[in-house]
Amino acid sequence: MEINAKSADRQLLLELSGEIDHHGARDALRELELAVDAALPARLVLDLAGVTFMDSSGIALILRAQQRMQMLDGSVLVCHVPPQARRVLDAAGVGRLVTIR
Amino acid sequence: MKTRASNEVTLEFPSRSSNESFARAAAASFAAQMDPTLNELEDIKTAVSEAVTNAIVHGYPDSIGKVVVKVRICPENTLEVTVRDYGRGIPDVDKARQPMFTTGGAERSGMGFTIMESFMDRLTVRSVPGKGTSVVMKKRLAPRLKAAK
Repeated sequence: MEINAKSADRQLLLELSGEIDHHGARDALRELELAVDAALPARLVLDLAGVTFMDSSGIALILRAQQRMQMLDGSVLVCHVPPQARRVLDAAGVGRLVTIR
Repeated sequence: MKTRASNEVTLEFPSRSSNESFARAAAASFAAQMDPTLNELEDIKTAVSEAVTNAIVHGYPDSIGKVVVKVRICPENTLEVTVRDYGRGIPDVDKARQPMFTTGGAERSGMGFTIMESFMDRLTVRSVPGKGTSVVMKKRLAPRLKAAK
């Protein structure tokens, strides 16, 4: 998977693309944390438009992002979730913890 | 009792995480002959990804071992996927199946079994500590009208 970061006005946009699975999870987590620590945003937007496959590794990634942003008193928005990834998030009830649009 | 399969394939590979994408793609590709919907195909791919990841992460936490994935096409348009490892085993299967329970650390969510249960129709987990774990998942695909020739 790949992460493309864009930061402006205390908002950090991370565009995730490719397959989110356990194989790439550790690097993705590190990349996400580095991006958040560098930008210190008030709002983090995870754009999943380019995600071609996601399993529960993506849940761990989103929940970690949420924890990180709570430490900064900021918020997380997950958007443009493709249908397969959406079913994974729904099965785990992630929508109760994180805003998904 | 084992149901007779009209077709089946067995994949065997070492527990390297780079094989996760191969295993789910291969299982989905074999299932394609059942003429599944795109949603069904994605469900199968997702469930296989979770089961194979479990085998790799929990079966062999500090070693590389053998993972076997068997995909069978059974009567009544039912797909059966078995993921077997010969690793450490799960001491308490019921606990492991609880949502959010994980021994896998920060990059795991503890939702693997929950996803397998919700994406497939039946999930059976057998495990013997020190001998390994077998996960059997079944999904009955929706009957589809054959295209008129």
